[in-house]
Amino acid sequence: MDVIGLYNYWIVIVLMMAGLYILIARYNLIKKMIGLSVFQTSIFYLYITIGKVEGGTAPILVDDPHVVYSNPLPHVLILTAIVVGVATTAVALALTVRIYEAYGTIEEDEIRAANAEEQDI
Amino acid sequence: MDQLPALQVMLPLVMAPLVVIVRHPKWSWALATITSFLACWVSWLLLQQVMDGSVIRYAIGGWEAPTGIEFYIDRANAGVALLVSGLSSLVLVYAYHSIQRTVDKSKHYLFYAGWLLCLTGLIGMVITGDAFNVFVFLEISSLSTYMLIAFGSDRRALVASYRYLVLGSVGASFILIGIGFLYAATGTLNMVDLAVRIPDSESPRAVLVAFSFLTVGLMIKAAVFPLHGWLLNAYHHAPIAVTAFLAGTATKVSLYILMRMFFSIFGDDYSFGLMLLNWVLLPAAIASFLIMSLVAIYQTDLRRMLAYSSVAQIGYILAGISLATQQGLTAAVVHMFNHGMVKATLFMSVGCILYRVGNTHIPSLDRLMSRMPFTVVAFIIAGLGLVGVPLTVGFVSKFTLISALLEQGWWPAAVMILVSSVMATAYIGRVIYLMLFREARGSTVTSHGYREVPILMLVPMYVLLALGLYFGIFGSQTLSLAEGAASTLLGGYQ
Repeated sequence: MDVIGLYNYWIVIVLMMAGLYILIARYNLIKKMIGLSVFQTSIFYLYITIGKVEGGTAPILVDDPHVVYSNPLPHVLILTAIVVGVATTAVALALTVRIYEAYGTIEEDEIRAANAEEQDI
Repeated sequence: MDQLPALQVMLPLVMAPLVVIVRHPKWSWALATITSFLACWVSWLLLQQVMDGSVIRYAIGGWEAPTGIEFYIDRANAGVALLVSGLSSLVLVYAYHSIQRTVDKSKHYLFYAGWLLCLTGLIGMVITGDAFNVFVFLEISSLSTYMLIAFGSDRRALVASYRYLVLGSVGASFILIGIGFLYAATGTLNMVDLAVRIPDSESPRAVLVAFSFLTVGLMIKAAVFPLHGWLLNAYHHAPIAVTAFLAGTATKVSLYILMRMFFSIFGDDYSFGLMLLNWVLLPAAIASFLIMSLVAIYQTDLRRMLAYSSVAQIGYILAGISLATQQGLTAAVVHMFNHGMVKATLFMSVGCILYRVGNTHIPSLDRLMSRMPFTVVAFIIAGLGLVGVPLTVGFVSKFTLISALLEQGWWPAAVMILVSSVMATAYIGRVIYLMLFREARGSTVTSHGYREVPILMLVPMYVLLALGLYFGIFGSQTLSLAEGAASTLLGGYQ
């Protein structure tokens, strides 16, 4: 098991767990979104790592049969996933703006308290 | 005719921006409804083509699989596509009046555009034959669902939508990780190709990781019991038409993908033989229908009660899946259809109550029968269907499920299903009793009568109800379709 050689995957794991932790542990809706973005970015990194070929160059065709290319498919896939990630963040931020207008706060515990009061009435 | 699979997805996808351009509230509704009916017609034609067990493989852009992306349509998913597009059409007709109360008129066109995008995503998820494509369509449907939920009149709808967004994105990201590992282990994304290559993969551990991530991610999207947190508030606070649509389709589509993955891609030898998945799924299923039915009894809001009952019903479907037998899968598939119809009808009748009464607080429904007879009759019949009274669809699916469980000798699980049916009788019966008999206790209810809802709301509700009764009385039709779907799923890809 080559621990150092797999350092890309270690970075992926650290980023993923950090993102997930922020997502769960923070009450602030914007900070939650930062956590989600870090989490998603770690997945992009995972995909790009998968596409790496030892000694491979950028997958642009050149007139030399000895050139090794890295796998372009994960890059293409992750381009789609990045767009999805941006869209998710945009929707979440738009929702946060609306929540701020409706509640006057973006702290989850305060929102929960406001909702609990509403239910009593 | 060859282009039908592409048309199925392209129709709503292209019409969504057109609806935005039209902008006029009435015209955008008409356009969206017509589109949805056309999509329904297309999926009906597709179902006719694959009924005999044949398979349609449509290579997008002429790029043959496994290089290109393909749509893969067989008996198992053509029916699900028909369920999704059919429910969408009926609920869209219903939505016209229902939405007027919750959504500002200037935003109607955005609502209908979002609806069409959601429909695109759901149908796309069902018919695609490419693993990464599933993720893309899943996100199309999810993002538009977040938007549709946020249209709810209450400010709590925003929080519910945000919560669903966070959990839904985590679920979708898990699915993305799973697909990544599958690609790393096999070097392909085409589902048919994946099924061939997974058994001889050089890195079984990567396959194992992919399997785990995909299972958990899809279970979040399907709202399986411990992971159902997002569903309750989302169903409660979303506009009622959206709830009716989502309750009938969104979780069902995720469950279909789950079945596809367990049986067709990984194969049941792997999922249930090696991974012992039934020891995960069956306890989750039993906990889901026992606990959620029990909690539903104590709810004071009709919408929330039905949301809990939805999670319970997902438990029945999951119990059928966990059997991994022909009969169990048949029960799961048939319950997917039946529950989709029943729950959409129930939420539609609740929407009618909401339209006239203004809230869905259960104590305020005293003697509603005398004021809104058509709505109440629809609620009662659909409610009996939920409980599983003979001659309704609920009976067909529960009977199939219980006999499938007994066939395997899992009689304790069958007893649990009966117990939870008794609980369902309790929570539905309580509401029916209130609506029919209890005298109003003065101040809470206004004495002047409510009128019945507009005809455009009643007609789709009764069409769905009639379909439910038809399939309840002539249960063999859906059963044979479900049997075909189950054997296709179990048989894997040809």
